[in-house]
Amino acid sequence: MSAPLVDISSVSHRFGQHTVLKNVSLTIEPGSYTILLGPSGSGKTTLLSILGGFVTPSEGKVLIRGEDCTAVPPAKRPTTTVFQDYALFPHMSVGSNVGFGLRMQGVDGATRAARAREALALVGLATAFDKKPHQLSGGQRQRVALARALVVEPAVLLLDEPLGALDLKLRRQMQDELKAIQKRVGTAFIHVTHDQEEAMALADHCVVMNDGRIEDEGPPERVYARPATRFSATFMGESTLIAGTVTEAKSGKITVTTKLGSLSLPGTLPAGSTVALAVRPEHLVLGTAGGGVALGMAKVSDVVFQGSFKRMLGTSTTDPALHFIAKVPAASAVQPGDVVAVSCDAGDIILLAD
Amino acid sequence: MRAFIRVVSGLYALAIYGFIFLPVVVLVLFSLQATSFPIPPFTGPSLRWYEAVLADTRLTSALVNSLLVAVVSSAAAVTLGFLSAWGFARFALPGSGLMRGLITLPLTVSYLIIGMGLLVLFNWAGVPKSLTAAGIGHVVINLPLCFAIVYSQMGDHQINIERAARDLGALEWKVLLLITVPVMAPAIFAGFFLSMTFSWDEFVISFLLTRFDTTLPVEIWNLLRSGLNPKTNAVGSLVFAVSIVLVVLFELMLLRRKPA
Repeated sequence: MSAPLVDISSVSHRFGQHTVLKNVSLTIEPGSYTILLGPSGSGKTTLLSILGGFVTPSEGKVLIRGEDCTAVPPAKRPTTTVFQDYALFPHMSVGSNVGFGLRMQGVDGATRAARAREALALVGLATAFDKKPHQLSGGQRQRVALARALVVEPAVLLLDEPLGALDLKLRRQMQDELKAIQKRVGTAFIHVTHDQEEAMALADHCVVMNDGRIEDEGPPERVYARPATRFSATFMGESTLIAGTVTEAKSGKITVTTKLGSLSLPGTLPAGSTVALAVRPEHLVLGTAGGGVALGMAKVSDVVFQGSFKRMLGTSTTDPALHFIAKVPAASAVQPGDVVAVSCDAGDIILLAD
Repeated sequence: MRAFIRVVSGLYALAIYGFIFLPVVVLVLFSLQATSFPIPPFTGPSLRWYEAVLADTRLTSALVNSLLVAVVSSAAAVTLGFLSAWGFARFALPGSGLMRGLITLPLTVSYLIIGMGLLVLFNWAGVPKSLTAAGIGHVVINLPLCFAIVYSQMGDHQINIERAARDLGALEWKVLLLITVPVMAPAIFAGFFLSMTFSWDEFVISFLLTRFDTTLPVEIWNLLRSGLNPKTNAVGSLVFAVSIVLVVLFELMLLRRKPA
């Protein structure tokens, strides 16, 4: 394996008394699309600011291309940032905005204009060269900001909630374009968001953050299917969570006792540990002809039609504190007030240590 | 009843504007007097007194001096005011609130006190009375004003714009020159023109701090000592006209809102 492009080792950061990053380590591979996903206050934006050089961490090191960049100012490090509010220069034309980074490098006017035009063509805005930022729509400004950051050929492109200010339809469209542009230029992108759909759609590598720590990281498929922690199971998609205790553990098999009964699962946790069993909505089966593991009866409290499917919310009849979330076919006749049997396959149960 | 109220409020408005502008109207009207005394009856219109003003080298050189002092001192005041506003807006400074208060404090001190203070200080430091001394006085009175105007317009939304420039490799002085100054240009010009208006009109400090070469308000005062004549009206009208131009420029700069 080649050396990582970015190596963040044991970074902690405090704002006054408040610790926003707690001993975070992360590596970024060349050409990858990394998503930092987390709720507000999770430290993801601070981590991005540290990468961009706008914040110097209280502890730890940041290596970019093997060089220690921990305290290198933004102007001198091989990163560029796409800001959430785009931060275009309002008094300059779009062409001058995009060419600004090259101008700072001392590139001559003609080359600058040519490369700015290329970058604008890359983001599909070739005709906007002579316009002023205020003449463009939100989505177009977003592309200009992207072109401006890419034209200087950074080692890493940092995106701070780049789609946050766009409406939903445009956001999904820009999402596809971002991915396409990233594949075309091959630059490593690090993108901060709190939108898990965005994360799943874009990431090669998804980093789930909470309370200043990395909860889970890996390919989004893995993070979704086998989340490492309870937080990551609930933040990256929805789940039905069943609390339980390990009552027996031997040779890679454990028995978990819950209010719904005992289940045998593969696992290595010691007896006595409290755990949560998570099941994704699409893995819950309603009705008697169900999966291998019976989860008792659910009283349906709400059914929400979502177009291609229905979302069923229900409460266990044996444990009123247990809430089921299931994805059922759009044609399903299940109604609020119905009492239905719930089951799932043993292989779809995610074991989470508490 | 309603019509009555409308008439009364109309008269009231007329009285207020009359109260404010009648002196100026009289001044301008009698500057056009054809005879030698600026008192009724009106005998004009005639431009003979304007010709007399423009032929008077003491007045014209004072006018040039005034413009020079206004331009140079305003440029200095707005530069210093901008830099201090930028410093206060972008950096967390110890005692920031107190220091901001101190920098705007001269706005509340009378020009007479500032002029006297400078006179004593310059005497002690051996700086002779001159246009330069008066210009320094004008920087003292206008810097707080420029600071207040620029600071009020320096919002947080420009922080990311400056960060973006730094991120793209701009050194700090380039960020200031290529980004902050152009973005703040309306406030900077507004501060500049308002400073010019005040410097152009200013009498007390110029009177105390100049000797041979002096500014127009001081020269007008010299002229008034030999009594009123339409020439003083004419030069007063010229001063007023220049002030109006400057104030209009100020308003245009400050009130012009660029789309974001």
